[in-house]
Amino acid sequence: MTADVVLARADEVGSVAANLGFFLLFVIVTLMIVLRVSRTNATRADYYTGGHAFTGPQNGTAIAGDFLSAASFLGIAGAIALYGYDGFLYSIGFLVGWLMALLLVAELLRNTGRFTMGDVLAFRMRQRPVRAAAATSTLIVSLFYLIAQMAGAGGLISLLLQIPADDRFGQAMVIVVVGGLMVVYVLFGGMKGTTWVQIIKAGLLLTGSAVLTAWVLGRFGFDLSAVMARATENSEHGEAVLGPGLQYVNKVDFISLGLALVLGTAGLPHILMRFYTVPSAKEARRSVVWAIWLIGTFYLFTLVLGYGAMALLPPGTITRENQNDAAPLLAYELGGEIMLGLIAAVAFATILAVVAGLTITASASFAHDVYAGILRRGKASPDSEVRVARATALGIGLIAIAGGIIANGQNVAFLVALAFAVAASANLPTILFSLFWKRFNTTGALCSIYGGVLICVSLIVVSPAVSGSPTSMLPDSDFAVFPLSNPGLVSIPASFLLGIVGTLLGGRSDAARYAEMEVRSLTGAGAVRATTAPAPPPRPRAVSATSVGAIPTYNGSDDARPRHTSAAAGPTAGAGSGPARSTRRAGDLFGGSGAAGAGPLPDAPEPVAQDTHRPANGAGRHRPVAPPENPNELTIPHGSLFDPGPDR
Amino acid sequence: MSSPSPRSTGSIDYEQVQASPEFQELRGRLRRFVFPMTAIFLTWYLVYVGLASYAPGFMSFQVFGTITVGLLVGLGQFVSTFVITTLYVRFAEREIDGPAAELRERVEAGMAGNGEVRA
Repeated sequence: MTADVVLARADEVGSVAANLGFFLLFVIVTLMIVLRVSRTNATRADYYTGGHAFTGPQNGTAIAGDFLSAASFLGIAGAIALYGYDGFLYSIGFLVGWLMALLLVAELLRNTGRFTMGDVLAFRMRQRPVRAAAATSTLIVSLFYLIAQMAGAGGLISLLLQIPADDRFGQAMVIVVVGGLMVVYVLFGGMKGTTWVQIIKAGLLLTGSAVLTAWVLGRFGFDLSAVMARATENSEHGEAVLGPGLQYVNKVDFISLGLALVLGTAGLPHILMRFYTVPSAKEARRSVVWAIWLIGTFYLFTLVLGYGAMALLPPGTITRENQNDAAPLLAYELGGEIMLGLIAAVAFATILAVVAGLTITASASFAHDVYAGILRRGKASPDSEVRVARATALGIGLIAIAGGIIANGQNVAFLVALAFAVAASANLPTILFSLFWKRFNTTGALCSIYGGVLICVSLIVVSPAVSGSPTSMLPDSDFAVFPLSNPGLVSIPASFLLGIVGTLLGGRSDAARYAEMEVRSLTGAGAVRATTAPAPPPRPRAVSATSVGAIPTYNGSDDARPRHTSAAAGPTAGAGSGPARSTRRAGDLFGGSGAAGAGPLPDAPEPVAQDTHRPANGAGRHRPVAPPENPNELTIPHGSLFDPGPDR
Repeated sequence: MSSPSPRSTGSIDYEQVQASPEFQELRGRLRRFVFPMTAIFLTWYLVYVGLASYAPGFMSFQVFGTITVGLLVGLGQFVSTFVITTLYVRFAEREIDGPAAELRERVEAGMAGNGEVRA
């Protein structure tokens, strides 16, 4: 171990050429794939969800790639290497939370939404307010998560490129490059490209950590107990690393963190969006099952990697400051420069894949919910929606780069835990209530989402994580009046409670709409199907909804693909007026739903737009009916407004 | 299926479908599985978190070698997660997918029959 000295100075490990070489290889390969798949990125559904055409195993692997961030790979291995058992607690919360997604959320969500969480809420509530709320919480969660990843990227990549820690400019440049690459993936690749990046990354990450794990175990005759025994000899904490208590001293705080982790997973917007990339609820289930096995296996590897780093690296190598480097340093110790280069490339890939997933989710939420659903009241054409999504992705990239540069050096785990706490507080109660509670209404949803976000973020601001302790973000000031550094224990129950209170105070919910949502969510009737690159048969331009206000938005270009029309057509009318607007959407838009009122819709007409072919009002009244070739367009409920047609 | 409901959505009366015995049976079967299972895994997880917080001595007890109770309980969380996942998949494939597909066909046939959807 001549490397002792070097290891101790973690910023001089390995060869820059090797690190950079593997990374460039990864970037080139993934860019080629992204550019290739982007050729078939024709429609809005393609851009947001890859045309709903991924298989369960593909999507499950991509979910693992989306979920296993740098915090999972570097953070958990580092925490175990430093504190032993306590680091393991994170892995368990992250894994067990997936059961919530599997049992209660994934399939039902898949059947009731099209692109975003806002779609699901808009199904039976007043569309504009709930979309605004869903987009707000999606953007907040995504940005926190994103900035955390970017800040982590700066530090990690600087290590691997041997940019000194005090060279802020050099690190900033690294963040700019990472942010720029992420934007390229998202802009050109859309969800298809992003998904392939995530699949490749998941493969690399699992393979890399499996090799390291086997290598560590091999050194000790495949005896985990021996690894840990050696670790206790090597650690300054001795046998204390075998049990809990080293890292978390505040017991209540730990329970709070545990709650946020287990309940946050099923509320993370970039995970929820992945359920729409598969063609059916059954595939959504298979994806989660794949994800659980892959993620669970990976966390078992991190246990070995963490204790392995503790056992094999010279005592004192891993400190609080460089704990994220435990896995790369272990790789160097075991396999030298080449292994370090490989693991470094894996770490780059990890960060890129996660930030790309977050960016596409945030941009979809803005374009689909805010721009199309709220600003244009459902009358945006799918094309313009995608343009807005791309522009938003660019904007989010810039914000993430700026935020990453500013937050560089801050505690990354803090930001990620915040994102989980916000997701658990703002999103989960609303999702569960809207899927399972008949009475739940718009008021309840708004109270729960906004209340959850507000309580959660405010508690964090006044927590010891931000001020008042030597390890907080602002160690010099002290306005920490709330004792817990993770607010989950308070904010999650509060958000559930607010959802209940708001519902009781609000108007009656719409029983018919709930019936429809429940039937659709359980049976999959009318759910979006996969779109395969459709060659649309020429149809006459349909008029969309006839009814009232329908304006076919479709602008001229549509020529060839009439389908869209419907989409565009929104009813313009004001609320109730639009009769036909179909009910579903209509409602969504204008509301009503929750509240009693809404509905004057004549029943008769069929929903207009469903995207599709559902005849716009009245059956078939105008539209010639063409066989839909794209089932998606047929049935979807809310989304319909804007439907997806092939956009371009 | 097209009796007008207060806000019917299209020609399908979803309330009628919702009230049908087949649907009620399907929903009940699903809920009777997922709700208790959720309660079980959450309780088991909270027990684990509670033990780690309030019984560190117990969790640090070394069962054999350096393998502690805490490690076994932690690995037990992995095992229970994998087991529940497998049980759920088997349950869903056996008891949910079939009836759900049948209902779905009926609902969609209703849509089509009414000219609502597919031509």
